[in-house]
Amino acid sequence: MPVYRFVIRFNRPDPRSAALLADARALGFRQLKLITCQDIYFIEGQLSLEECRQLALELLTDPIMQTADWSELPAGVVDPESGVVTIEVALRPGVTDPVADEIVRAAHELGFDGVQRAATGLRFLIEGLAEEQAHDLASRLLANPTIQYWTLGAVTPSFPTKAASSREVEHIPVRGLNDEGLLAVSGSRRAALDLAEMKVIQAYFQSEGRDPTDVEFETIAQTWSEHCVHKTFKALITVEGSDGQKYEVNSLFNTYIRAATEKIAAPWALSAFVDNAGIIDLDGENEVSFKVETHNHPSAIEPFGGANTGVGGVIRDVLGVSHKPVANTDVLCFGRQNASFDELPAGVLHPRRILSGVVAGVQDYGNKMGIPTVNGAILFDAGYAANPLVFCGTVGLSPRGLHVRTPRPGDRVVVLGGGTGRDGLRGATFSSMTMDARTGEVSGSSVQIGNPIVEKGLVDVILPARDRHLYTAITDCGAGGLSSAVGEMASKIGCEVELANVRLKYSGLAPWEIWLSEAQERMVLAVPPENLPALQELCALHNVDLMDIGEFTGSGRLVVCYGGEVVLDLDNDFLHHGIPQRRLRAVIGGSSSVIGRSVDRAPVADFPSVLLKLLAHPNIASKGSVIRIYDHEVQGGTVVKPLTGVQMDAPSDACVLRPLGVRGQAGIAIANGINPEYGKRDPYHMAMAVVDEAIRNLVAVGANPARIALLDNFCWGDPLRPETLGTLVEAARGCHDAALLFGAPFISGKDSLNNEYLGADGQRHAIPPTLLISSIGVMSDVTRATTMDLKAAGNLLYLVGAFAPTFGGSHFDLVAAVDDVAAEGSSSEAAPSLAPSTPQVYVAFHRAVTCGLVRSAHDLSEGGLAVAAAEMCIGGRLGLDLELPPGDPLRSLFGETTGCLLAEIHPTDALAFERQFADLPILCVGRVTDTSALKVSVNDDLLFTVPISDLVSAWNTPLQP
Amino acid sequence: MKPKALVLLAHGTNRDHDVAEALTLAGAAPETVPLNLLRHERRRFDDYQMLVLPGGFSYADALGAGKLLAIDLQSYFSDQIQAFVASGKPVVGICNGFQALIKSGILPGKQSGPQPAATLTFNVSGRFECRWVTLKPTSSTCIWTRGLDDLIACPIAHGEGNFRAAEPARLGEQVALVYVAADGSPANGAYPANPNGSVLDIAGICNPSGNVLGLMPHPENHIHPWQNPLWTRGAGGHSGLPLFENGVRYATQL
Repeated sequence: MPVYRFVIRFNRPDPRSAALLADARALGFRQLKLITCQDIYFIEGQLSLEECRQLALELLTDPIMQTADWSELPAGVVDPESGVVTIEVALRPGVTDPVADEIVRAAHELGFDGVQRAATGLRFLIEGLAEEQAHDLASRLLANPTIQYWTLGAVTPSFPTKAASSREVEHIPVRGLNDEGLLAVSGSRRAALDLAEMKVIQAYFQSEGRDPTDVEFETIAQTWSEHCVHKTFKALITVEGSDGQKYEVNSLFNTYIRAATEKIAAPWALSAFVDNAGIIDLDGENEVSFKVETHNHPSAIEPFGGANTGVGGVIRDVLGVSHKPVANTDVLCFGRQNASFDELPAGVLHPRRILSGVVAGVQDYGNKMGIPTVNGAILFDAGYAANPLVFCGTVGLSPRGLHVRTPRPGDRVVVLGGGTGRDGLRGATFSSMTMDARTGEVSGSSVQIGNPIVEKGLVDVILPARDRHLYTAITDCGAGGLSSAVGEMASKIGCEVELANVRLKYSGLAPWEIWLSEAQERMVLAVPPENLPALQELCALHNVDLMDIGEFTGSGRLVVCYGGEVVLDLDNDFLHHGIPQRRLRAVIGGSSSVIGRSVDRAPVADFPSVLLKLLAHPNIASKGSVIRIYDHEVQGGTVVKPLTGVQMDAPSDACVLRPLGVRGQAGIAIANGINPEYGKRDPYHMAMAVVDEAIRNLVAVGANPARIALLDNFCWGDPLRPETLGTLVEAARGCHDAALLFGAPFISGKDSLNNEYLGADGQRHAIPPTLLISSIGVMSDVTRATTMDLKAAGNLLYLVGAFAPTFGGSHFDLVAAVDDVAAEGSSSEAAPSLAPSTPQVYVAFHRAVTCGLVRSAHDLSEGGLAVAAAEMCIGGRLGLDLELPPGDPLRSLFGETTGCLLAEIHPTDALAFERQFADLPILCVGRVTDTSALKVSVNDDLLFTVPISDLVSAWNTPLQP
Repeated sequence: MKPKALVLLAHGTNRDHDVAEALTLAGAAPETVPLNLLRHERRRFDDYQMLVLPGGFSYADALGAGKLLAIDLQSYFSDQIQAFVASGKPVVGICNGFQALIKSGILPGKQSGPQPAATLTFNVSGRFECRWVTLKPTSSTCIWTRGLDDLIACPIAHGEGNFRAAEPARLGEQVALVYVAADGSPANGAYPANPNGSVLDIAGICNPSGNVLGLMPHPENHIHPWQNPLWTRGAGGHSGLPLFENGVRYATQL
């Protein structure tokens, strides 16, 4: 069958090529003169040359902007002019290619019935580089070998082939193996199981009198993976305290996280830790769900696909509680953007490329699903260079009580959504291992590629199916694929599945691969047989595939067949409860004991320059360039937007949403807290501080502190190292204590451990201990929401909360460390600790908001009082006379504290505002002016003045310089 | 009688709820209709008094935003849509809907040759962008913008909104909405008032008879006071709702 190759080029300079040129130069390809990017489409079929012309004109080009050349393969690829190197890139076999699918579908729609198959590629014309450098450019920017291949000159496409499975089932002899042999099996199948676990598996099959099939072994490995079963958080841990005392913690999760939720026992927390997402009540009529997941390892090796499917996965978690997704969040941690290739571990993508890929992946999925991305954070630290962190969150909404959870015997096992390929095989075990320089190669098949429009179809089907009670249970296909989704849904009653009924994307998949594949955009539903036709009809309406793959049986066993032959037959109780509890050892370091120890500091003369450096620090500077490529307006509910103020360019503390479909003025507020700098110093106080920050951000926009729920996401290094586990124990304890202090329950959480990278240099590269607390609060009236931009000259500025600035873990120290503005930087002080009065401060503040007294408010975080005040000036483009509290001005300005907010109050409301606080800490620290400058004084002596325009330009320093 | 509005749900449409809310507030009775229902003739275009093509990413923007939906409109519904447009009933395409109207040739509406007269291509910035813009209604031919004298503030959210035409100067009264600075002064092509580089700051155009409007920005996302990004500063007005009220009023009078 002939194959035609179409090359589509722009008639004029196009933005995509311009962006590539800029990226390439930033990565160090300074000799590069020009790069031109063109699309290639390969179409296989019987086509006349006239048909090719019509296809090019009617389907493949925008005739005003583009022109096309076409020729039959393999002939006719003209060599470009001298001095130009051509690189062509195509997708590896089996990588999802939605555009190719659309080409075939639309060509048939247009009447080109001869079109059989299609594939896509990219062509780059590179001027100014030698061939060898062009290869470097290809590997560093233009292509990712995990999903693509490239060549100098004309690339040959790989077409998807017809789908059929291979039937191949292997038996794994484990019964007769010694310890060494058992570990070898675990290692060679990348199962990440330890000896104790392998022995339990061996004993089970000895008692069954047979060896496991590969389907069974892989299923157990997935179900028992760290990713799925969280064995570290459930382990029995012997802890050696910093005072040498030993004690035991029987499950970090039960002891600290779940315990806090149970002790708080909030009646409005409707579901915590049992469903795919946590659920709280909104207004008595509606409920809101929230889930945050990480997708770190996949994003490290394929940033776009990793982040893309991270977003897709967490959206499915919310669909898995039958909710409509109404908002996304993303918190991202990257290596330094200006890192040189020499300082990066071998085999690691450049942090610039990871950032742009991840951000594009988040953008692509959220925007195409029509879900606003409304809250997040981006942090930079050298420790994230090899291990970027990608936290994706989704908020869902539903009328109360529609979610169902109980499949009944006789219900069908139904899969909705896309076909199954090798995508993401062993993703759960992959994410439970340390990566090394070869991870990209070995785990190439672990990369998932998303197709958000398919998932949009799932939303369009599932919500009406929910309203019409067409299913009795639902869950998403995430890590572990069908094995995990079907396995969990059938864990109480059992089921029988026929794998031959699973639609495949391409041929050759073995049964275990079908069962374990993490192909995206699939949901599993339990459907009473009488409802199947109605569901089928809904699916047809929205172009969603439905596969009926089996039946829930009531036998208590999980049985999987291929072509009628049993390939898996496991006892549910063994599969879900047979895993032995891990016993681990933790050692708590002594670093957390010094609190508030001060060091002598030489007076710093140049306060303005420190302030501007802090505002320009990538952790603090505007994230506008990223926020604006996310649609944060779709669904029409964004009341407080991520960027706010007169010029809509200042950072909101939290997002406020009033989703369409909610009656009245009730809404939700969404925020987060994260601080790896504190984490490096003192994980216990870090956890307290980030819980506080996540809550304070919500309180700042007007959320009720009595109606806040929390999500925890721990990203840590290898927990088998006792010191690392010690910091995890301390952070979990901090979560517990802070949640109790605020009465804010945890409703969902996840952990991603083993965020380490074994470089080709033999060194282990671990991330800083990183805890993300995501928070969600309820507002009874969104029209009471407060933004952070100063509103009017003449208003007073108050500092509320226990102001106790310290330099431990402060961004002042980060800024000071890179030059000599303050040679005494890098203090030995402890990270800030949380004052017990803080919850009362928030309650008093909320009363003031409810009374309409607060004109603007902002929390004190990285960069301290000075940065918070400067950001408020930027928001309002108004000046401020700031009078520092008594004490060392450097500390007051740039030291960091927990529990504090700035509030702008009209002078006639000042008394009423102060009255709310009674004996709680409150101090008037300034007055808003129309001078266009931030003026800072201490004891009535002017310390310095900075024009607002300088603050604005420092704050707008690009993230990718 | 409230006019019935057909809100077309294609594969990947996602601002259908937003525009349905705006239509409801404006006095219409919107019905969101999946494209397949129309294909199987379980619904017909002429059952409705208004036609709305909402924003989204039909077919994931494969082969150019709006392109594949435009092919659907041409191959499945060409006669029905032509009749709908010719009957003078109001039609609006927003963002992805505008892209589909342009790429199917329904807008600008008259073609001088085999080549389409206009297109929407990649923003000059090369990026998808979500930001609030200010629009000035400029056409009295267009039934959607006729008589609107207030500016409209609303968000854009697109990557391919750069309007290009073979002969833009000849569009005349077909230019329905232009990007302006917040104070109403001309954007003159300057970013960010003109967010995507559109020629003559064109944000929306209508067909020669004025009943079909296409625009890139999202007036349906500014129909409540609290959607205005400056509402906490006491700002109000510049709502997008009057544009929908215009269309609904016109449909009612037909």
